[in-house]
Amino acid sequence: MMHSRTVEIWVGLFIAGGMAALFMLAMQVSNLTVVSNDEGYAVTARFENISGLKVRSPVTMAGVRVGRVTDIGFDPQTFEAVVTMRISSDYNQLPADTSASIFTAGLLGEQYVGLDAGGDMEFLEDGSEIILTQSALILEQLIGQFLFSKASEGEAK
Amino acid sequence: MLDWLQRLGQSGLGFFERLGRAHLLFYYILSGIPSVIVRFSLLIQQIYSVGVLSLLIILVSGLFVGMVLGLQGYNTLVDFGAEESLGTVVALTLVRELGPVVTALLFAGRAGSALTAEIGLMKATEQLSGMEMMAVDPIRRVLSPRFLAGFLSMPLLAAIFSAVGVMGGYFVGVGLLGVDEGAYWSQMQSSVDLHEDIYNGVIKSFVFGVVASWIAIFEGYDATPTSEGVSRATTRTVVHTSLAVLGLDFILTALMFGDN
Repeated sequence: MMHSRTVEIWVGLFIAGGMAALFMLAMQVSNLTVVSNDEGYAVTARFENISGLKVRSPVTMAGVRVGRVTDIGFDPQTFEAVVTMRISSDYNQLPADTSASIFTAGLLGEQYVGLDAGGDMEFLEDGSEIILTQSALILEQLIGQFLFSKASEGEAK
Repeated sequence: MLDWLQRLGQSGLGFFERLGRAHLLFYYILSGIPSVIVRFSLLIQQIYSVGVLSLLIILVSGLFVGMVLGLQGYNTLVDFGAEESLGTVVALTLVRELGPVVTALLFAGRAGSALTAEIGLMKATEQLSGMEMMAVDPIRRVLSPRFLAGFLSMPLLAAIFSAVGVMGGYFVGVGLLGVDEGAYWSQMQSSVDLHEDIYNGVIKSFVFGVVASWIAIFEGYDATPTSEGVSRATTRTVVHTSLAVLGLDFILTALMFGDN
């Protein structure tokens, strides 16, 4: 049997190592350090088509992440998608006529919301709605349009 | 024919008998836990033999599992030009699945078998009955500290396994294969969620800690007190723990990650 002091030191080291590993997982591996879900303010935007946008997708402005999508709903009256996003309170001076578009990161990457600043002197605040929106580009529709225009070009000749 | 039916019934009854005994023992172990907190040195001793002595195998296998994930993930992802997502692949696989599960399997092989053999031999050499003669409750004195030690060690071991694995993936991916370092960490951070992934992984390893130590202690306490019985109990510990961990893992995964 080992000396009890050595045992205690080893156990202490083990517990400290395990806690350090948990801490490293929490800080280094997960998104704890990035915008968390509860802070900031919520704004909504209506899109005709959101394609593959999901809850927790990033909201960016000039390529910098400023928030996350927190809820996606459907309005049965207007047949539009209602996207609620929470924007970090660090960025509380976005003009009220900011426009929102849905982009794709890379050709096959995930969908995200991109904000473009307008020129209004009023700012977006909790509960306000972004009026100017642009829907996601659907690859199939683009290809369809392209083929259609090619075909009509051929007829004209 | 009648003989066969009789044996079937006997083994069925034996199964339920063992199941009942296992649950009763679980209850006794739990009710013995308050007395462990009073005698803290017993717990420290057991965390040493269950946790600290398993550390080496956990560190080495975590490192190699992470390195293999880095290598395999890279080979798969590079076909799609998406090798920047390597960090996501390595971290999610480790934190959600491989960390808790492989740790539990290694724990069953390293610590569970040792627990069973120790308790089985204590029973075979009549140390447990000796304790009862001296009015010392063997469940409180021997079983509860071992159970609590296994329950507390498992999440720590799993966290160490995952952390070392992430570093192993980093060595192979960034060091050897040339994935961009910033992309490795930032992609990982943007897709691993503290609540959804890391907390659920920790909950999993707590559950596996309960199951692995419970099975090991029950098999040891229930062993036939002969050398053959102890050896059979040790084998059963490893087999049953592995099966229980893999089966429970499916159920827990379905509960935790099934709805998204």
